[in-house]
Amino acid sequence: MATCFMQIIRNRKIVDDDFVTVPNDAALPESGNIFVSLERWRSERDRLSARSGKLGVILQNTVDPREIADDLATFDAIAVHFPIYRDGRAFSVARILRQRLGYEREIRAVGNVLRDQILFMERCGFDAYQVADGKSIESALGGFEDLTVTYQDAIDARSVPRQR
Amino acid sequence: MYTYDEYDQKLVRERAAQFRGQVERRLSGELTENEFKPLRLQNGLYLQLHAYMLRIAIPYGVLSSTQMRKLAEVSRTYDRGYGHFTTRQNLQLNWPKLEDVPKILDELAEVEMHAIQTSGNCIRNITTDPLAGVARDELEDPRPFCEITRQWSTFHPEFAFLPRKFKIAFNASGDNDRAAMKYHDIGVKIVDRDGERGFEIWVGGGMGRTPVISKLIREFLPREHLISYLEAVLRVYNQLGRRDNIYKARIKILVNETGPDEFRRLVEAEWEDTKESSLRLDEAEIERMRGFFSAPDYESLPSSDELLGQIRSGDGALARWARNNVVVHKQPGYSAVTLSLKEPGTPPGDLSDSQMDTVADLADTYSFGEISVTHIQNLVFPHVKTSELESLHADLVALGLATPNIGRINDMICCPGLDFCNLANARSIPIAQEITERFEDIDYQDDLGELALKISGCINACGHHHVGHIGILGIDKRGVEHYQLMLGGSAGDDASIGKILGRSFPAEEIVEAVERVLKTYVDLRESPEEAFLQTFRRVGEDPFRDTLYGDVLYADHSKS
Ligand code: SF4
Repeated sequence: MATCFMQIIRNRKIVDDDFVTVPNDAALPESGNIFVSLERWRSERDRLSARSGKLGVILQNTVDPREIADDLATFDAIAVHFPIYRDGRAFSVARILRQRLGYEREIRAVGNVLRDQILFMERCGFDAYQVADGKSIESALGGFEDLTVTYQDAIDARSVPRQR
Repeated sequence: MYTYDEYDQKLVRERAAQFRGQVERRLSGELTENEFKPLRLQNGLYLQLHAYMLRIAIPYGVLSSTQMRKLAEVSRTYDRGYGHFTTRQNLQLNWPKLEDVPKILDELAEVEMHAIQTSGNCIRNITTDPLAGVARDELEDPRPFCEITRQWSTFHPEFAFLPRKFKIAFNASGDNDRAAMKYHDIGVKIVDRDGERGFEIWVGGGMGRTPVISKLIREFLPREHLISYLEAVLRVYNQLGRRDNIYKARIKILVNETGPDEFRRLVEAEWEDTKESSLRLDEAEIERMRGFFSAPDYESLPSSDELLGQIRSGDGALARWARNNVVVHKQPGYSAVTLSLKEPGTPPGDLSDSQMDTVADLADTYSFGEISVTHIQNLVFPHVKTSELESLHADLVALGLATPNIGRINDMICCPGLDFCNLANARSIPIAQEITERFEDIDYQDDLGELALKISGCINACGHHHVGHIGILGIDKRGVEHYQLMLGGSAGDDASIGKILGRSFPAEEIVEAVERVLKTYVDLRESPEEAFLQTFRRVGEDPFRDTLYGDVLYADHSKS
């Protein structure tokens, strides 16, 4: 059997994913890096903090990240879910995490993550991307290069008005 | 007007290349139609009843003669030799082929144009007064702020996938709003307070199936906070706007559901955190933008108010045109001229490729090469020497664009309707044409005075029927086209929504019904100076309901 490492994009490079996502009804693995849902984090906080391995939490795009501001330091990564690529709420969630709450570790886009939104995701604070099933990850990488001119500051302050 | 630098130029070129790639990926099957659809929409490409429709952005309605010539060329080469100016001051091509669209975008990029965000659930073309920069009643030219807003909103990474489309308009002329500001998702009104220039921020207006007049959310916003405040409104909307029902997704529904006070609180809380960020506008940037909109090289001339008065007081075609289609100007010796795209026999807003070419030439001769598009679907030459009005009039007559009907019943807004649009319930263009013919007598139109008639082919209200002094809405009654009549709407600063007075009319009776309304108005007005809307507001709807549905006539016209 071929390897079953999932690949993701991290900082504009294709890498093997070093996290696994643990469904709510599955047992927690002893070790290794995991993503769990926010609900699971809330109900099993102690057990999750005691494990070895990195911990990531998955946020639905309806969550106001300010509600978990006090817990952010415990998370090695935060995934924000795109139920469908044209639901833009996750863009605001990422920006609030990065800019308002000063979260500096990985923010990962998961769900219906497609090439044509990936640049906007990056500008809102995402730095890792789990490209949607069935879509070419190499092609998605091209999305970062499509537009190089940015008219407004987002998490980056490299907009055109300040270069003029 | 605004001119591109290397960054702007690069952006439109990159966008054209990106879209070419998206079309290729669609044609190869890498993108599904569902995935492609929002991408093409964000680039103004709709699938209409018979073909694709491409909507080209004309930021706040300002065009140069060079751009107009390019639009002529594109309409000729890739379409059927005409274009349609819309109520968002844009231009639509009704027949482009999908595979030609990337080429069209390349051509547009050559003249600093594009189709970015002319459709889709994103921030759309920013609109304003077509007389911006020349109106005597404006506090200042709003276009520098429009351009700042345009740049901020272009490919804004956070707000490209909003719950629904989002429209922003600017008004700098106080009570004389010519941009329908109160029917926008955000209306920005330039105001002075205690000697300081700033903005009123109105939120949650819109037409569509639920017409709503916007609410005043902030009474005074200092200039430097324009972008941070817009961003706060958009963020609240992006997070809380409804996504479960397309008909409840506009910000007007959110403002209604939360209530304006709670909505204001949410926005202000968001803004508190960002207003001192890099989003703050510095005075140098505002000044830089103002530089693009500085006055053209006017000759220094004496006031021409008297001359214009003389021209208007004649009794020929020139005089009437000068009364109806010409307005006074800030600059002594100059006037602003509206070119009517409401010629009998052509759909409102349509212009042929050869007319576009000639309009461009005339703009060079008479108006420093500048043209603006109005939301009532006409064109304006903003800087015409009053002493040259007569000669311009002769040229426009030859071109068929001198119909002296601006502000008259035949200066109507009409959506494409069932002839083009796959959402339509009824045809609208043929009704517009029938009305144009019925009331062709210009003396009668002048006697009726200021009148805004607006027609939509379905409740989506692209023809703004709710805000017509007289509005007509196409509906489908058991498979037969019918038309609902509504009265008393206004898109101005005195915004109001038209009222339906009774049952709808079949196509063969609707124009007759309009005529009855007009007769009733003429009978009831206190003087010829009392405009239709004033009379309607004074006497109320009952007399109109009686004439429409009670077979009552208030006077015997055969004797008068
Ligand atoms: S109002 Fe209706 S019929 Fe007219 S253009 Fe809009 S969607 Fe189409």
